[in-house]
Amino acid sequence: MAEASPDATRIATEARDRVRFEEEALALSDQVYRVARHLAGSKEEAEDLVQDTYARAFRSWRSFQPGTNLRAWLLRILTNLNIDRGRRSQRAPQIQALEANDYYLYDKLAESDGIPVEEERVVERLSQDDIVSALSAVPHDFRDVIVLVDIGDFSYQDAAHILDIPIGTVMSRLHRGRRILKRELADSVLEDAS
Amino acid sequence: MTHAQDDPCAHCEEMMQPYLDHILTEAERLEAESHLEECDWCRRRYRFEASLRVYVHQVVTEPMPLELKQKLAALRIPLN
Repeated sequence: MAEASPDATRIATEARDRVRFEEEALALSDQVYRVARHLAGSKEEAEDLVQDTYARAFRSWRSFQPGTNLRAWLLRILTNLNIDRGRRSQRAPQIQALEANDYYLYDKLAESDGIPVEEERVVERLSQDDIVSALSAVPHDFRDVIVLVDIGDFSYQDAAHILDIPIGTVMSRLHRGRRILKRELADSVLEDAS
Repeated sequence: MTHAQDDPCAHCEEMMQPYLDHILTEAERLEAESHLEECDWCRRRYRFEASLRVYVHQVVTEPMPLELKQKLAALRIPLN
């Protein structure tokens, strides 16, 4: 049998690598969607964003370095597309007003009906809707970091790479963002109660 | 409970996030733990924060729509 020409071998290898890349990327789609859902403003936007991300990823698969973090690579494409879509990074004015201390939410929740309960049960006073809407009320710069680290389980290092910001900025935004989130949650609980 | 700058509970509150993120220095971690050992007030708030993190992580999960999954698969570049 004649040996395959070097060209044919190269094409076959490339096709195999590409198929493998596509399969690995698709296997991560649930996780990518989970993060996209809360980075984007709505479910519809998240779906568009994920589709655009995969379309771009499949076209530029050669720029992915095998052995590096594919999920972070996909999320970097996604956050860049999200910014290109006019979701410019905000400078978050008057952020001080939005922030409360770290104990604020617990104090509000524990106060709301006076009956002492286990701390682990206090969170159950927050509904899924409370959390999803409070998260969407957090300014983008802070929300992006919370979504990547606390929901997407990315390391600070990966989040810094995805968002193209220094790691110290990731940490400070995370810290302040969680406080803003808790303030939003406390406000929604107080609204429900009134 | 007052929250002056030198209030140990206020200081403990400052250490809560980094404590739960495991980024305190060893000395700071021991300091936080020794305060928590004797302060039920702070201990409740730490436990609440830990539960809140788990809870947020759980409730935001929304399964990806099946149609989207199919659309993504259709974006694959066909083999020639």
